[in-house]
Amino acid sequence: MDVAAERGERTLVVWCPDWPVVAAGASLTEPVAVVHANRVVACSPIARNEGVAQGLRRRESQSRCPELIILDHDPGRDARAFEPVAAALDALTPRVAVDQAGSAAFATRGPSRYFGGDEPLAGRAAALVATALEGRGSVQVGVADGSFAAACAARRAAPGQPAVVVVPGDSRAFIAPMPIEALTLVGDELLDEAGERRTVDALVDVLGRLGLRTLGALADVAATDVLARFGPVGALAHRLARGLDARPLHIRRPAPELAVAAELDPPVEQVAGAVFVAKALADRLHESLGNQGLACIQVMVTAETEHGEVHQRRWRHEGSLTAAAVAERVRWQLDGWLSGSVATRPTAGITRLTLTPDEVVAAQGRQLGFWGGETRVDERVVRALARVAGMLGDEAVTVPECRGGRSPAERVGTVAVAAVDLGAERPAARPDWVAEPWPGHLPAPSPALVTPELQPAEVLDRSGEPVRVTGRGTITAAPAMVSLPGPVRNGISPVVSWAGPWPAEERWWDSTGHRRRARIQVMVADGDAHLLVLENGRWWLEGTYD
Amino acid sequence: MPSSVLHLLGDRARPLALAAERVLPVSPPFVPVLPGGGLRRGSVVGLAGPGSTSLTMALLAEASRSGSWLVAVGLSRLGLAASAELGLDLERLVLVARPEPSRWAAVTAALLDAFEVVLVQPTHAVRPADARRLEARARDRGAVLVQTGGRADAWPHAPDLSLTVTRAAWSGLADGHGRLHSRRVTVEVQGRRQAARVRRAELWLPAADGSVALVAPVPADRPAPLVEHALEVG
Repeated sequence: MDVAAERGERTLVVWCPDWPVVAAGASLTEPVAVVHANRVVACSPIARNEGVAQGLRRRESQSRCPELIILDHDPGRDARAFEPVAAALDALTPRVAVDQAGSAAFATRGPSRYFGGDEPLAGRAAALVATALEGRGSVQVGVADGSFAAACAARRAAPGQPAVVVVPGDSRAFIAPMPIEALTLVGDELLDEAGERRTVDALVDVLGRLGLRTLGALADVAATDVLARFGPVGALAHRLARGLDARPLHIRRPAPELAVAAELDPPVEQVAGAVFVAKALADRLHESLGNQGLACIQVMVTAETEHGEVHQRRWRHEGSLTAAAVAERVRWQLDGWLSGSVATRPTAGITRLTLTPDEVVAAQGRQLGFWGGETRVDERVVRALARVAGMLGDEAVTVPECRGGRSPAERVGTVAVAAVDLGAERPAARPDWVAEPWPGHLPAPSPALVTPELQPAEVLDRSGEPVRVTGRGTITAAPAMVSLPGPVRNGISPVVSWAGPWPAEERWWDSTGHRRRARIQVMVADGDAHLLVLENGRWWLEGTYD
Repeated sequence: MPSSVLHLLGDRARPLALAAERVLPVSPPFVPVLPGGGLRRGSVVGLAGPGSTSLTMALLAEASRSGSWLVAVGLSRLGLAASAELGLDLERLVLVARPEPSRWAAVTAALLDAFEVVLVQPTHAVRPADARRLEARARDRGAVLVQTGGRADAWPHAPDLSLTVTRAAWSGLADGHGRLHSRRVTVEVQGRRQAARVRRAELWLPAADGSVALVAPVPADRPAPLVEHALEVG
C-alpha cells in the first residue's frame, strides 16, 4: 500500500478543556469536580493538581481534596452551553461537527484556502471561540492530518500558544512521542459498538504493559502482528498511531432523498413543540434507514424560521443514533439557539425542521443466528423500550443502578433508561459496584418487596403502648402487636417473633441530611415477615420478606 | 441441487439445535421440579402464594445470568437488592411503571417482541381477546410471560405452568435476637397436558448461606424429564 498517498483528511479540532466544569458555570480557579454515578467525569485544573482524576470515586476524590466542590453531571447542560461555541465556528465553515460537548471538528480544505492557510485559520478559530466563551473557559486548537492527530495536537496546545498546526505529512512524527494513553482520545464515532470504548481502555493498558509506551513504538510494530493479536480495535489503534485517517471505509454518504422534513404550521416558538415534531421525524428517519439496513452515525439538524433564518448543526454519535437520541439532540440545539444571545436568536417561530443523515454505516442490529433466531437482542430491546417510553413517558422505563445505602430501597436505585446505554456494559448495575461498607445496614436476605413510599405502621407492646427505641439504641419493650398499612394487611396482627433494633446514624456531620433510624424485623401470625423502621418517633413499613 | 442438500442438512440438524433452545435454563434446584427441566419458551407461567416474589426471581435468575433480558411491568414494589441476592443479573433487568389498564396489553405486547422474559402483575382482569393475543405473541417470539402476584383471577384461564407456594416458614428470628436467615417453602407445580399431575417440592428460599436449594430430593416416582424428539440420524 502506498502509505505516502494515504493520508488523513486535514482536520481542525477545537477543544475546550474540562468542558463539563465550564458548562456547569463553575470557575476553573476553584477545585471543582463533576460527578456522575459516583464517579468523577471531569475536574478543574486545581482539583487535578490535588490528585483528583477522571473515574475516581466521589469519596476518594473528596479525601484527596477536602474543599472539593461536587457538581452533578448533566449532558444536556454541556451540549446547550457548547452551542454558542459551535455557532461561532459557523463563521468559518458550515460543516462543523460536534462529536461531544467540548469538542468540535471540521475539515480545513476549503476554509484554509479562503483564510490564507492553516495557521491563520487556526488562530481565527481560537479567537472566535475565546470570544464566544466570554472568559469562562479556555480553548485549544489543533490542525493535523486526520481527526485523531488533530485532537492530539489540540491537547498539546497551551494557553500561551492556543493553536498547534502540524505540517501536512508530519502527523506521524508529531504524535510518535505521545504516550499510548492518547489512544483514549479516539472519537466515539470510530468505534463500531459502544462496548469497544472499554476495549480501547483495556488495549491501552495491555500495550503499556507490553512496553509500547508511546504511539511511535506502536507504529513501529508490523500492522499484521497488531491485527492478529488485538483484532479490529488493535488495527484501528495502529492506523491512528501511524498518523493515518482512521475513518473506517464502510462509512457512506447516504442518498439525499433519505432526509426527512416537516413543515410546522403554525410556526413553533417553544422548544418543546419542535422536539415533539422532531421525535416523529426521527422515527421516520430511523425506519427508512432501517429498511435499507443502515444506521445513522452523524445527523444534520436544520431548523428554518418564518423570516428565513437557518440554523444547522451536525451531531455525531457512536453506533446507533436512536430516534430518542436524535430528538434529544434537536432539543439541545434549539435550546441553545432560542435562548442564545439577542444577536443570534431567531426573530420568528420555526416553520421547518429537517433531519439529514450525514454519514451512515451498515446497521448491525439484527444478526441472525445460524439456524434462525437472534443472537444479539440488544437492538430489539432498545427499540421496544423506545416504543414503550413513547407510550408511557421516559420516566416510566428504568433500569437498576447500585448506589449503596442502609435501607433496601436505597441500596439499588433506578435510573431512566434514556440516560444509559444498554448496548454497553453497565458496571453500575452490579452489586460489587458499591464497595464501601454501610454500618448499620441489615445483612442478606433483603426484603423482596419494598414500599416505594414509606407507609405508616404501628408497633405496640403487650399492654398496647407504643414501642420506642432509646437514644442508646435499645428497644423500650418487646413488640407484641403491629398494625400494618393497607395493601399488606389491615388491622392489628400479633407478633410471633422479632429481632432488632438495628440503629443507623446517617450523615451525622450534615445538619440538614442527618437522619437517625432504627429497624426491626417482625414475623406476624400468618408467617409473613416484615421490615419496620422507626424515625422521629414514628414507625413505617419499609419492606416485606415475600 | 446444492440448495436442496443444504435444506436436508438443515432439517436434520434443526431439532437438535432447537431442543436446547426450547427452554430457558433454570438453576439446578428447579430442574427436577419443572416439566422439561426449564421454562418452555412461548409459555405462560403463573406464580402465587406467600414468597412468590422471591420464587419468581430465583426461578428467572439462571436465564438472566445466561444472557436473557427481563422486563418487569408494573412491579412497583420489587426489591432489587433482594433480586440481586437471589442471583438475578441486574444488568439485564428493565423496569416499566404500571401502565393504565387500557394500555396494559399494548405495552406488554410491545415488550414481548424483544424480551425473552416479560414479568407482569396485572391488577385488572385481562380480557380473553388480549390474553389470546399475548399468548400467541409469546409463542411466536419464543418469550416467556410470567405473572407473579397481582390479581389471582387476572388471567382468563389457567397458565401453562403454575407454581404455587402453599407453605412458607422463616427461621432465624427469636424474641429480640437473631435475624431472618432462611426460609423453607413448599411449592406445588402444575402444568398442562403431560404435566397435569401436581408435583410438590420443598425448597430453601433462601438457605442460610443465601443460596436456593432443595430441602430433599424430589420423590423418585416423578416421570423422567421430558426429552424432546431427538434427531434421527441414519
